[in-house]
This record gives sequence, C-alpha cells and structure tokens, in this order.
Amino acid sequence: MHELAITESIVAAVREKLGDAPVRRVCVEVGALSGVVPDALLFSFEVATEGTSLAGAELDIVRQSGRARCRDCGARFDTDDLLALCACGSADVEVLGGRELRIREVEVV
Amino acid sequence: MCATCGCSDDPVGGVRVIDPSAPPEHDHPHPHEHPHDHEHPHDHEHEPASDRGHTVALEQRVLARNDERAARNRRWLAERGVLAVNLMSSPGAGKTTLLERTLVDLAGERGVSVLEGDQETLLDADRITATGCRVVQINTGSGCHLDADMVHRGLRALDPPDGSLVFVENVGNLVCPALFDLGEAAKVVIASVTEGADKPAKYPHMFAAADLILLNKIDLLPYLRFDEAYWLATVRRVNPGATVLRVSATGDDGLADWYGWLRTVGGRSAPAQQGAAR
Repeated sequence: MHELAITESIVAAVREKLGDAPVRRVCVEVGALSGVVPDALLFSFEVATEGTSLAGAELDIVRQSGRARCRDCGARFDTDDLLALCACGSADVEVLGGRELRIREVEVV
Repeated sequence: MCATCGCSDDPVGGVRVIDPSAPPEHDHPHPHEHPHDHEHPHDHEHEPASDRGHTVALEQRVLARNDERAARNRRWLAERGVLAVNLMSSPGAGKTTLLERTLVDLAGERGVSVLEGDQETLLDADRITATGCRVVQINTGSGCHLDADMVHRGLRALDPPDGSLVFVENVGNLVCPALFDLGEAAKVVIASVTEGADKPAKYPHMFAAADLILLNKIDLLPYLRFDEAYWLATVRRVNPGATVLRVSATGDDGLADWYGWLRTVGGRSAPAQQGAAR
C-alpha cells in the first residue's frame, strides 16, 4: 500500500509550497504505468490529510494513458499495460510514457 | 519522531532504526512534548461552488522529496566510495539466505555491511550478525517499503567504512519498493523458482526497475513445474536491458557469476543514476 506514502508526499509537497493555507482541491496527474492505483490514492488521501491544512480537500486525479512504440513495425499506440503487445503481434515494445506522478495545481481558499 | 533512534508514537509511520550492537536500553528521556494544541475550529463556511479560491500551479513530481533525499544519499555514498546495492524480492525468495552466503564468501575481500529492512523484528539482523558482519535494522512498522529518508538514517547509524559495500535488504514485497529510489548504485531483484513463472507478468514494475535479476533456488528445479523459458521471455519483455543470472544460495550454482557482477558494479567509476527519468 505505497499509495499512503505517495499521498503523504503530496501533503508534504503542498505544505512546503503553501504553508498552512487551507486547501480546497489538489490536482494530480497519474500515469497508467506509474504503479499507483487511483482508488487507493483517493482512500489514503483522506487518511493522510486528516488534521492538516488539506483536510477535506478534493483530490482530482487526471489519468494519463501509457504510450508505447513497437520496435518491429514502428507503430505508436496507447496502452495501460507494461507488457504491451503491438497490433502487429510483436511483443518488442518500448514504453514511451505513462509513468507520470505529478502534482499539477492546488486550489486554496 | 525521535531523529536519533527513530522511535515514534506515530500510528501511521513508526519507523525504527536499530543498531543491534548498541546497548539495548535506550533510556533517553523522550521529552518531546509537542502538545498538539492547534485549534483550527473548522468553521469555514463552505461557500457556494461558484466562489472558488485561487489556483496555484505546482507542476512538481510527487516523489520529488524522496528523489532529492535519494540524490543526497547517492552523493554521501559517492564521497565515501561506498557501493550500495538494493536487494528486493517477495517474502521468502531467499534474500537473507543469499546475503548470508555472500557475506561469508566475500569476507576479507572488501568491507561489507548491511541495512536490513523489515516491518518488525530483529530476526534478519541476528542472522547477519551471526556471519560476523555489521548490520543495522530498519523496522518500518506499518510501512511496506524502504524510502530514501529511512536509508539516510540507517546509513548514518551504520557508518560504513570508506570504499566498502553496503547491501540494503528491502522489505519483502514485489510491489511498493519498486517506486522508491534509495540512492543505491544498483537494484537487484531476486526471484525464486518456487514462486512460479508468472511473477514477472504479475509484478512488472518490480522487474522493470531492476539492473540485475537473480533467479534463485534453481537446485529445486527438478522437483517443480517451473517454465523457465516463459519466465525469461516475460522478464525480457518488461526489462530487455537487465542482466539475468541463475543462482542457488544454498548450493554453489551461479554464485561466482553473482560475485563477478558485484565486482563489476563496484568497479564502475560513476554509480548508475536511478529514478532520474521518473
């Protein structure tokens, strides 16, 4: 359940930037290949924010799909699987993106 | 949390860094009072949604703080010429057994010490101590992985000699440790034939993060139905660049290759930059 550690990192990063200003919403970008489960993030966000300036804030998760390129036919495609298969049948696939785990913006009261 | 011994009453964290060679009673008085009298009465009115507050762009990686601390660990290790290797696997894959064997076989070759990560107990630290090797135990409490800050504290307690090798045995877990850069020079994933050949497919993040993947317990292959060709093909799909070695920590198979790999990594002038692209 590393999502709890992830949300604790979000709380720490927001407080470092904004001090104790009450926060209404945090927007986080989560790639499909980041290894982080959005539902678990939502669950642990409530726990991690309790008693902080982020208590009661909304966690807005923007999903980014994974992006890959086939080394055999050169096709580029979206995938949510680290073990992606190209439509041409090749398994020789390079992951180009989808590991994002970023805090985009924070809305303060 | 107490920065010296890591003792904590924090119900979520509760990380403890324990030096088994230090006197057992830590009788410092714990005077940290922090009375938690912040009142914040929660009387914010919840204005209509149209009355939005202002938005601040952060554009910051969530794990930036961990990665900064990992970079600090990497610098600290480099200044001392210490090579740190992060060992990760599921519980029971044979991390500690391989470590015991390695410590005995490499004794006298290069100074070696160990940071042991487990949720609870000093059991692994005791096993390492029995080999004559210096060890510091990190108990993560409810935590499911080591992070860069725990390793920072562990390294300070361990105080490895210049030019030595430090094995960091992560918490047994094929999921979470993959995400956290510790400042190590290399990540080693230990898989075992008793776990089944489908693990690289089921836990691809861990196998994708590895520099070296050891397939352990290969002496048991005659007694198991383990499709090694499928296992290797899946490993190659998630991580085409990793070195893969077959070993048996209780026999002799492949151990010379493992030690050869350690010497090669130790001889590299600049440690690999883990996590920089994340």
